[in-house]
Amino acid sequence: MARAPQIDIMRSPLGRARGLGSARAGALHWWVQRLTSLALVPLTLWFLCATVRLLGATRDDVVSWMAGPLPIVLMIALVIATFHHLQAGLQVVIEDYVDQGWPRIGSILLVKALCVLLALACIVSALRLGL
Amino acid sequence: MRDVRDALMVARDSDEKLIRRPLSPHLQVYRWPLSMTLSIGHRITGVGLGFGTLLLTWWLVAAAISDDAFATAQWFLATPIGLLLLLGWTVALFFHFFAGIRHLAWDAGYGFDKPWYERSGWAVVIATVVATVLLWVVGLAAW
Repeated sequence: MARAPQIDIMRSPLGRARGLGSARAGALHWWVQRLTSLALVPLTLWFLCATVRLLGATRDDVVSWMAGPLPIVLMIALVIATFHHLQAGLQVVIEDYVDQGWPRIGSILLVKALCVLLALACIVSALRLGL
Repeated sequence: MRDVRDALMVARDSDEKLIRRPLSPHLQVYRWPLSMTLSIGHRITGVGLGFGTLLLTWWLVAAAISDDAFATAQWFLATPIGLLLLLGWTVALFFHFFAGIRHLAWDAGYGFDKPWYERSGWAVVIATVVATVLLWVVGLAAW
């Protein structure tokens, strides 16, 4: 007698196809950390050069520098990549050391909120300086 | 026994006496290799750079607000404390930068052989020192 076909996997075919796992995020967090770090390699080098050039600068120097098309775009790109990378990294650190439950969820949300606000403050400032 | 997990820790020795099984060795029994320093250093500098973003935000926001606010920020960065913070920020940034590139190489599947593991570790340390010194020499000359 032929045996009936048997399914050994507890996950649904749709769940397997989506590949997101029980956290429903898949490898997204890991991937975000890698992508942002890759973006930050050239951006950081540019930022260091810009910082050295702006040492002891007056506010007018900063304004005229930021008014160029390249600095304002790269500065905003740097800010976005930096804070995106920062919140992803700090989340992992918190998950490793802070107790499960409200302390963990609370501190992660707090860190993410701070990162968003700081990033927005930087972007608005760059726009005010450069536009 | 207060916890179910303790049941796994209890056994009998050769005299049939109840004993607690020994724990597996933890951090303190290993000699401290470079890779451990670099690993925790990557995390510490990452968190440190998080605080460093406050400096960047202050500088940008001050520049956007007024001449006075920007002058205050520039003045603070030139004080001994400000310079010390900037030095720490530079070291942390270069370390995290080079150690991060090492991590990206691992993610791509390269550099896991033991000799390369050691070499790339020392390369991170040396590159951090050289880049920091270089940037400060150039920076102080341009200031």
